[in-house]
Amino acid sequence: MKPVNQKAWFLILPVLLCVAFSAILPLMTVVNYSVQDIISPERRVFVGTEWFTSVMRDSDLHEALWRQLVYSFSVLAIEIPLGIMLALAMPAKTWRSSAVLVIVALSLLIPWNVVGTIWQIFGRSDIGLLGVTLAKVGIDYNYTGDSLDAWLTVLVMDVWHWTPLVALLCYAGLRSIPDAYYQAAQIDGASKFAVFRYIQLPKMRGVLMIAVLLRFMDSFMIYTEPFVLTGGGPGNATTFLSQYLTQKAVGQFDLGPAAAFSLIYFLIILLLCFVLYNWMQRVGTTDKEGAHE
Amino acid sequence: MSNTIRVVASDAGTRPGFKKRTIFLIAYLVFAILPIYWMINMSFKTNEEIVASFSFFPQAFTWDNYRTIFTDVSWYSGYINSLIYVAINVVISLTVALPAAYAFSRYQFMGDKHVFFWLLTNRMTPGAVFLLPFFQLYTAVGLMDTHLGVALAHLVFNVPLAVWILEGFMSGIPREIDETAYIDGYSFPRFFLTIFVPLIKAGIGVAAFFCFMFSWVELLLARTLTSVNAKPIVATMTRTVSAAGMDWATLAAAGVLTIVPGAIVIWFVRHYIAKGFAMGRV
Repeated sequence: MKPVNQKAWFLILPVLLCVAFSAILPLMTVVNYSVQDIISPERRVFVGTEWFTSVMRDSDLHEALWRQLVYSFSVLAIEIPLGIMLALAMPAKTWRSSAVLVIVALSLLIPWNVVGTIWQIFGRSDIGLLGVTLAKVGIDYNYTGDSLDAWLTVLVMDVWHWTPLVALLCYAGLRSIPDAYYQAAQIDGASKFAVFRYIQLPKMRGVLMIAVLLRFMDSFMIYTEPFVLTGGGPGNATTFLSQYLTQKAVGQFDLGPAAAFSLIYFLIILLLCFVLYNWMQRVGTTDKEGAHE
Repeated sequence: MSNTIRVVASDAGTRPGFKKRTIFLIAYLVFAILPIYWMINMSFKTNEEIVASFSFFPQAFTWDNYRTIFTDVSWYSGYINSLIYVAINVVISLTVALPAAYAFSRYQFMGDKHVFFWLLTNRMTPGAVFLLPFFQLYTAVGLMDTHLGVALAHLVFNVPLAVWILEGFMSGIPREIDETAYIDGYSFPRFFLTIFVPLIKAGIGVAAFFCFMFSWVELLLARTLTSVNAKPIVATMTRTVSAAGMDWATLAAAGVLTIVPGAIVIWFVRHYIAKGFAMGRV
């Protein structure tokens, strides 16, 4: 057990000050907007929970929410295992590990609007490598016309863009496992899978938790890449929640409903992250007990 | 440090398994590099060539797109501005996150779990509506269009991330090390800086890279909080989309150049990431 020490609060005080400055005031302002009808900056009317109830009833929004959930869980289901496999396959030493690390990290460093633009060209069947290759193989692929193609393109783009985040975190976690663990496993004659299951996976628990939560919340708020790539189309196939929000907030300048929407949006992310977080913590602790037996 | 993965892999008697891993790795690297290659390819073409035809190599090779960026102050100042506020942000993030992560990993205190989770919730606020309050707040305190302003705004999502990553790495270090150091008469600051920080180098490397990355690519806040003096490269890039059509070639060249600083950062922290911590050899 960790010792109880209330003075530890002094160590986290700087963090609280930094975050609170830019987090609490804007959040309070948005809460303020969400209960008012803002006709002009000077004329505001208090409307109570009217915006919240109308947003909850919006059927477009329900659709977008489902689309978003399917998308985010697809992202997790692909990127987390792929990232772990990649981390396990990355060389541990020598110049090759440096080269591999840099190449793997490259896609993370491209601004999101550029990511969308590259894939816009990359997927075109007349001038893009992906589109031309698929056309040569004989697959009828057209991300601007076909809903499924568009959805898959956004998903593949996300996998390309963000799997490195999972991989880098897992790789750093793997590298901090002391050699003694592997030596012990070697003496016990543990299989490769057993080494993964009882040494590597439990030791990666911390970084994996961060990876899952980050990928979940970021994919749930994905905006720039699909907006640039498909503009939400064809139809509504790739219109995710954040795009509705931006249409409301910037396009129609309906600050009140948009604020109510973003608070509900925020609470959904919060709730799902909380569930994921607690679930992973429980899985992690039962693991530990199992290992002690 | 011995090559642990390879030891384990060969011990299980699966030489083909090791090969499978290599093939998988190479396949992934090809997948990772192709879109980037296509961007590099585009950056050496003219707009006409990009739109008109498909080719693996530029047919009419040109440096013009890069020349545009390096000679136009409104382009290259974007890179300088971004680098300044990202550097400020990374330094502040790590400085405040290190002691906080230590507190979370070592002590119990009132509300510790709630505060820890609350920190992360600051990353969960969808952008669009929050831009206006941010704009008002930073105008009110006089930080609009300053590097410090953008750096402070980006703390909202980078500090929680840094705390979480560092806490994970710190929890992996046995508490006996702290106790031994205190018995040996180390003060907290001296123990922290001379013993503890070197032990979690890997975590600091990863945290620094992620803070750099998220601040570097963030568009909405950076664009909202700047106009001229601190305008970041990501905002400058959006002007390649105009009524006259897309300026694909310049955008591609600018995209290639945005990768360079981050690649240098990861090159510097790669050893910290790859080394892990040395405790295992004791």
